[in-house]
Amino acid sequence: MEQRFFSVTENRQIAPLRFIMKLFAEEAGITTPGQFINIKLEGFTLRRPFSVCEFDENSLTVAYKVVGEGTEIMSRMGIGKKLDVLTGLGNGFDTENCPDNPLIIGGGMGVAPLLPLCKELSLSGKAPKVILGFHSAEEIILLEEYSSYCNDVTVTTSDGTAGMKGRVTDAMDELHNCSYIFCCGSEGMMKSVFEKAKCPGQYSFEERMGCGFGSCMGCSRKTKNGYKRVCKEGPVFDSEEIIW
Amino acid sequence: MVKTAVELCGITLDNPVMAASGTFGYGAEFAELYDINILGSFSFKGTTAQERFGNPTPRIAETSSGMLNAVGLQNPGVKKVLSHELPEMKKFFKKKVMANISGFSVEEYIEICEALNDEEAIGWYEINISCPNVHGGGMAFGTDETLAALVTREVKKVAKKPIIIKLSPNVTDIKKIAAACEQAGADGLSLINTLMGMRIDLKTRKPLLANRTGGLSGKAIFPVALRMVYDVYEAVSIPIVGLGGISSAEDVIEMMLAGACAVQIGTANLTDPYICRDIINSLPEIMEKYGISDIKEIIGGAH
Repeated sequence: MEQRFFSVTENRQIAPLRFIMKLFAEEAGITTPGQFINIKLEGFTLRRPFSVCEFDENSLTVAYKVVGEGTEIMSRMGIGKKLDVLTGLGNGFDTENCPDNPLIIGGGMGVAPLLPLCKELSLSGKAPKVILGFHSAEEIILLEEYSSYCNDVTVTTSDGTAGMKGRVTDAMDELHNCSYIFCCGSEGMMKSVFEKAKCPGQYSFEERMGCGFGSCMGCSRKTKNGYKRVCKEGPVFDSEEIIW
Repeated sequence: MVKTAVELCGITLDNPVMAASGTFGYGAEFAELYDINILGSFSFKGTTAQERFGNPTPRIAETSSGMLNAVGLQNPGVKKVLSHELPEMKKFFKKKVMANISGFSVEEYIEICEALNDEEAIGWYEINISCPNVHGGGMAFGTDETLAALVTREVKKVAKKPIIIKLSPNVTDIKKIAAACEQAGADGLSLINTLMGMRIDLKTRKPLLANRTGGLSGKAIFPVALRMVYDVYEAVSIPIVGLGGISSAEDVIEMMLAGACAVQIGTANLTDPYICRDIINSLPEIMEKYGISDIKEIIGGAH
């Protein structure tokens, strides 16, 4: 974990209530797909944690949804705004020990942290398949980006306004040879995926956090390997240790 | 050169700034960021006899100028603290640490003290009789002067370290509790723990915290903490550790003028993990600004 001061270089709406914010610093501090950052906002005690959907050495991008006061303020930030950020938080996905054709499943805003994972897997010569689930067509985000890294992307919407009508688990029916899963979404969605998949994988969790770096015990979770902090030992947990 | 050293129950602190229990773990996360030996000391995570997971999540909620927490004393239990956390801590922290001890019965407080008595790294026991987020114990002892005195008296009999009783602000008259603890043998007092509060989610129409209520901390409570330290200073003659919403060197001085001989920084560590370092670094300059050459001399100066 490092504290870095970033400048906003891009902040634009990509869907109703959904935004992309690109941040620049001399060192972005993200080393692994699935890590997150914690942004300090003036006038608030708690920082706001966001998963990173793109990163390189000196920039990173977060996709966020306006859900409260903090994200509402963020949505109005202009280019050049300086932000105090804790970066390089959390463990991220382990990409070394997965088979060549893993299945990536994202739901809603949960598609964000899986994007750099998809990129890394594709660049390392693996052939991930992707399922992205949304409520409706207007909520779809990052589809173009996924399509640039992967030629096997399935979109599902619950109301059928785009892609396959149904849930991500319905799209899983058509993939008979899944042997490994990377997943991020609501806990209910991830549990359904886990129960359907019956194969190993990694699941990225969300929790309300105090500090974001392991000192307050605000975001703890029981696992088969004891109590773990979503912000420090997580947010990504191995399917074998998760207690649903 | 201004003088920043203070004394707390016979142990000299290089400066009055400590990190507060529950916001600093056992120091490891902060030791990765800066040399935490610059601290006066810190109070480690509230420790119980057995391992505890604590409350369900969500445990954290934002409030105006503060936050609520209902962690519920998650900790690995005293045996693991002795076998793992403290040996790890001693690799990077060379000063005396304050052991925050929480219990659900008088016997539990005694059991933990006895287990920790021979640990040289511990300088003081901070007896937490004020956790608002657990049921049956915790704050129940801190809101009743007879029970507060009972815990203090029984712990004092076995403790080989000075005992500092951490008081709850969720009482009608904190001076009475403070005086009862002093009469029962407390070596010092720390105040305040968090104030009980809650928030309700407008969308779900349910409490934001799974525990329904939580402890309010952060800048919002600083004036309340200051007033209570000010009042308690007049009611007792034992040293007071002041805490509650401190987030700047100016706040440290204000709290000491009210009567604290040392202070603890809590919630501010979560917002800014470097805050203790920054406060300690800026303290000499702020002291000079207000004509303070020796910080000890301002303790209780507002009275």
